[in-house]
Amino acid sequence: MSYHNPPTTPRKSATLDDYTMSEIRRAAATGIYDIRGGGAKRKVPHFDDLLFLGASMSRYPLEGYREKCGTSVVLGTRFAKKPIELKTPITIAGMSFGSLSAQAKEALGRGATIAGTSTTTGDGGMTPEERGQSKTLVYQYLPSRYGMNPDDLRKADCIEVVVGQGAKPGGGGMLLGQKISDRVAEMRTLPKGIDQRSACRHPDWTGPDDLEIKILELREITNWEKPIYIKIGGARPYYDVALSVKAGADVIVLDGMQGGTAATQEVFIEHVGQPILACIRTAVQALQDLGMHRKVQLIVSGGIRNGADVAKALALGADAVAIGSAALVALGDNDPALEEEYNKLGTTAGAYDDWHEGRDPAGITTQDPELAMRLDPVRAGRRLANYLKVMTLEVQTIARACGHNHVHNLEPEDLCALTIEAAAMARVPLAGTNWIPGFGGGGF
Amino acid sequence: MRTIDLAVTPLRELNSELHRQSDGTNEAEWEILNPRGQHAVAVGVDAPIKVAVRGPVGYYGGGMNKKATITIHGSAGPGVAENMMSGSVVVKGDASQYAGATGRGGLLVIEGNAASRCGISMKGIDIVVRGNIGHMSAFMAQSGHLVVLGDAGDALGDSIYEAKLFVRGSVKSLGADCIEKEMRPEHHAQLATLLDKAGIKDVKTSEFKRYGSARKLYNFNIDNADAY
Repeated sequence: MSYHNPPTTPRKSATLDDYTMSEIRRAAATGIYDIRGGGAKRKVPHFDDLLFLGASMSRYPLEGYREKCGTSVVLGTRFAKKPIELKTPITIAGMSFGSLSAQAKEALGRGATIAGTSTTTGDGGMTPEERGQSKTLVYQYLPSRYGMNPDDLRKADCIEVVVGQGAKPGGGGMLLGQKISDRVAEMRTLPKGIDQRSACRHPDWTGPDDLEIKILELREITNWEKPIYIKIGGARPYYDVALSVKAGADVIVLDGMQGGTAATQEVFIEHVGQPILACIRTAVQALQDLGMHRKVQLIVSGGIRNGADVAKALALGADAVAIGSAALVALGDNDPALEEEYNKLGTTAGAYDDWHEGRDPAGITTQDPELAMRLDPVRAGRRLANYLKVMTLEVQTIARACGHNHVHNLEPEDLCALTIEAAAMARVPLAGTNWIPGFGGGGF
Repeated sequence: MRTIDLAVTPLRELNSELHRQSDGTNEAEWEILNPRGQHAVAVGVDAPIKVAVRGPVGYYGGGMNKKATITIHGSAGPGVAENMMSGSVVVKGDASQYAGATGRGGLLVIEGNAASRCGISMKGIDIVVRGNIGHMSAFMAQSGHLVVLGDAGDALGDSIYEAKLFVRGSVKSLGADCIEKEMRPEHHAQLATLLDKAGIKDVKTSEFKRYGSARKLYNFNIDNADAY
């Protein structure tokens, strides 16, 4: 009698999964770490893990198409003589000319202007196209100071001192030589074709005490008119926010790890910094402890994709949000219509992140004139405006359903969490309980 | 001449008055008394005026200057003439760290010593220091000239791009990718012009050595990782 031993199904390791092994093979073959654009791709606790409760017996909703629900936001009320007022609390995050084409920058300005919001320059300075098409333009003041000059500082509506960003808190940047066209090189005062390192620390101040003096200088040069933002990555939000207030910020921009970058090491993007969900309440707590919540406005970013995300960020205490990667998708980034071309680059629509190589078939993250010409700034700007409009309507829909006549009246009590992790991070009760991990409770 | 006494006039008023000046102004000469180490003195000036500051200034004195000739009759705190675009700033005393940081044009003369990170990330400014400079000077210097009549500290010109450095004294150490280079006739001529502009007549260009980028780190190469 013969026995047949049933085979076991081939089993792959959860630790050494396909992606991990492909990265080991890539590293072994090339001897260099992987660089890419975008933000963290790993799954982290996020806004999807929160739900709004809506109105019922204890709360009255507002009528969806009749009763007003305000969306405007004023930023820079602490010290600036000229705070800005935006029609929607959804702003466009800083992205550089250099990492993006001039057409893409123009499209961002056009879209933001139609929607009544602000857009932001990036490492590499202000382009006339962008200034011309942006009603409200935030000028980033970065460690590299590429293209920085007092004329552009005065042309800006706000100044954002960049200390860090969510994709790489503690890291600088690198624009690889292939994206350094004549124009980019000239704006950055460097030779064409070389890798351009963006420093991780500012050259002329080191800590919050120095930054306070730097901000004094910026205010003196711009006649105390412009709101001054400080942008920080999601590292130690309580202390970073408190120190930003101390340094004299009008507005704090807090960027979580899902926030994108033009190019950085994959290991940095995926392993440094906290998810935005984990940052907001501690940031708000810092502002409240200092009596500065709503006086110093808080803009949060990193993984904002739709009106629900915006509404949740506002409910947790933010005054506004910023979008970067999602705005690029609205312009046309990673569009499945370009699948054939993505395949030629060894990737697929939705996964393309080699933005640093400058071969973007959508004409957005490139300096190749032929590729860049593919993006029509007017049409792309309109798409962005549509997207911003939809998100704003979505926030209003949720706010009305929660009984609020302004989106800023959304509050943590409107929320519950689907997971213990999200409940702990957002400091809202786990669904079906009144338990906020770390804050006691547990009964019904 | 307009005289503003910072012992009685707020800094805001001083800078506002200076910002009101433009090309062709009749108020071309200014004197600032009692700066007493205040920060952001005479920042963001954008007119061909002469400003004499009678005493020491704090951070960012003459910051982002355009066109003006600013003389600080005293020492200067960190970031003097940072991001200067054009014109000149002269410090009669010593300067603290980051002197001339990210400057894009104009001339910064420091008659005393300059501390660490002098000319950090410079982008076209010319800096002449009569005394010594501290460590990490000309870090990531992109363009322009740094002339030092005394000695330079550690890691001079670390990660330098296309800026040119001339040092008369000793260099404690050179930073990554910074090397000594030959002084060709055009460099002697360039240096002579810079010394002349700075009003220095008691030294010869032959006493200087030139330093600049080896350009080996311009494009990332994993085999250079040990250099960082």
